Amino acid sequence: MILARVVGNVVATQKNDRYEGSRILVVQPIEPDGSDSGSELLALDSVDAGVGDRVIVVREGWSASTSATGRPGAAIDSTIVGVVDTIEC
Amino acid sequence: MQLARVIGTVVSTVKNQSLEGRKLLVIQPLDGRLRDSGKPIVAIDSVGAGKGETVFWCRGREASFPFVPSEVPSDCTIVGIVDSVFIAQDE
Repeated sequence: MILARVVGNVVATQKNDRYEGSRILVVQPIEPDGSDSGSELLALDSVDAGVGDRVIVVREGWSASTSATGRPGAAIDSTIVGVVDTIEC
Repeated sequence: MQLARVIGTVVSTVKNQSLEGRKLLVIQPLDGRLRDSGKPIVAIDSVGAGKGETVFWCRGREASFPFVPSEVPSDCTIVGIVDSVFIAQDE
């Protein structure tokens, strides 16, 4: 998984049906110290994360699809699976 | 998934038989602020996207799932057309 910060969201009415009912968030990958690390990507939300939250993002299809929609087999490759309280390194 | 802009199409008559009837588009991956991010790549469309549209795409094995049960060899499939992107201003 990667650490990231939620920076926004995407609205899309015309999309793959497995995305129905899911929030599509824009996340900025970060280093443990919070500095940006690479460019933003999209991830579905499964923990009610909000803009500004630091989060844990799983970047593998089976896990992403299962955590976001309850079952595998969807064209989803990234999902937020946790909101970070603290990071200690 | 990642944002992208559709910048063109690819026509290929001699190709893997299971790509038959699939629309091949050239997309420019974008970052969250819709700036170019990386090199253009070829994606298979699954939602009726057209040139100039902002879309998002799925990578890896999951990219073939929108076409199940047919076995389409794809590691990059467009799975949504973007209406709007909201980015919070940095505090």
